[in-house]
Amino acid sequence: MSVARFWRETPRRYNLGGSKCTMCGTVYFPPRAVCPECTSHRQSIEKMVPYQLSGEGEVISYTIVHDAAEGFEMQVPYALGLVKTPEGPVLTGQIVDIEPETVAIGLKVRATFRKLREEGASGVIHYGYKITPLDESGILPSARGPAAPAPAKDAPGPERTST
Amino acid sequence: MRDVAVLGVGQTKFGELWDRSFREIGIEAGLQALVDAKLSSQDLGGLFLGNMASGALIDQEHIAPLILDATGLGHRHLPAVRVEGGGASGALALHQGYLAVASGLYDYVVVGGAEKLTDVPDETASRITSSAADHEWEVVFGATLPALWALVARRHMHDFGTTREELARVAVHAHEMGSKNPNAHYRNKLTLAQVMDAGPVAEPLGMLDCAPLSDGAAAVVLGPMELARKHTDTPVRIVASQVACDTMALHHRREITRLESTVVAARRAFDQARRIPSDVQVAEIHDAYTISALVSLEDLGFVDKGRAGPEFATGRFGPGGKTVVNTSGGLKAQGRPFGAVGVAQVVELVRQLRGEAKERQVSGANIGLAQDVGGTGATTVVHILERAN
Repeated sequence: MSVARFWRETPRRYNLGGSKCTMCGTVYFPPRAVCPECTSHRQSIEKMVPYQLSGEGEVISYTIVHDAAEGFEMQVPYALGLVKTPEGPVLTGQIVDIEPETVAIGLKVRATFRKLREEGASGVIHYGYKITPLDESGILPSARGPAAPAPAKDAPGPERTST
Repeated sequence: MRDVAVLGVGQTKFGELWDRSFREIGIEAGLQALVDAKLSSQDLGGLFLGNMASGALIDQEHIAPLILDATGLGHRHLPAVRVEGGGASGALALHQGYLAVASGLYDYVVVGGAEKLTDVPDETASRITSSAADHEWEVVFGATLPALWALVARRHMHDFGTTREELARVAVHAHEMGSKNPNAHYRNKLTLAQVMDAGPVAEPLGMLDCAPLSDGAAAVVLGPMELARKHTDTPVRIVASQVACDTMALHHRREITRLESTVVAARRAFDQARRIPSDVQVAEIHDAYTISALVSLEDLGFVDKGRAGPEFATGRFGPGGKTVVNTSGGLKAQGRPFGAVGVAQVVELVRQLRGEAKERQVSGANIGLAQDVGGTGATTVVHILERAN
């Protein structure tokens, strides 16, 4: 993927910047230019305003991926889930900092800023959101913060990590 | 609008056709269909070609004139149009061909579908075919096509109690059917245990829940019903051709266990044909993943929502059942050359409705339905065909 193609999505992918229809109040992520829910669909043009998601949500489905998407080969097996946010939108994201086998429908989670993948050894590094359990007791010791043995995993960095 | 009939069919073997090029398989299917329809190429009005990703797969775009030329028709200056709709490209091309004949603009057209997936390594082909999902908001975050269908499967199991074994039965059935199809990619039979124990791809889906990456081509000749008897004693009428689309990403659907595009396309098609699901004796449905077949049976209206797993297990969709599904072996066993699939489904239905399906023949087959799905259901195309008596 070209640099510009990833860079221009930065506000959305880094900060969960969505949009809200000022006609009916429905929230969208990623942002939409027009509201599909409004009966006056066309009237919602230019009535959509930026809206940032809280990042919290609940897992409504998940899978453990063994045959990776491009750029995720080093991370298998990884959990991928659909997260329903309280604002309405559903996100697709990797569920990390938890043993994939313990992911379940109904798990309370929040989105967190992480490295997604990199374009080879010298290419651009892509960042965005991943999903992590809200209840810290479910979080792997290695991902619990500064006191944990491998704090680098929490921070975006050039090395390939499992998260 | 005129009534449209299928006058001729052609299809290559599906599989790893390493010794054959894209243009070779395109020529083979197209010429077979022309010969089958006893159509003089002077009478041909145009070509519609379904293909998903030739540029990424074989570095060749602009393939409609390429196939037209390879078939020896380049100097006739016929219109040739490529149609793309992810995995539904073939049936979408058929819809365009149907419109062209029904409108009266053309009398006869060839509709082809072709894909060459094995000229690149499997990982590359998987990456390219995953672009039928939403690249920017699904694939970039780690999703693949099987992973997205696995999300559907997990939720279907959660909401309706669908079991791993019920999923596996779909693949066992497909291979049973495929064993009787000389064109099938896979002709080996499978046991439930083999499917359930196969290596995981995206849990709960394993290797044998997923259709293979195949090469292949298929073609049909369409013409106006009023001229059909000049070409064949057994014309098959297209009584419905309908397309419906939905959100690109699975996460934007109101319910992830429902293929709304299939629900709507099927409703429109049954309305157009003035038929109901129980009228259908043979159906070719989207079993690219075992879960996609179960969800499709529900959303086409053959069974109530959530009931496809247990109903499939009763054998009602198998040989001798009320509606026999995927006699070709489906995408799972006959193979999955993306752009060719929707056309091949109709080739199989025509063979069934003509009574030419040999070992696979469903006795008394008069009405058939084909459902072709792109991505996780952003596009569904439904065709209903009837034997014209």
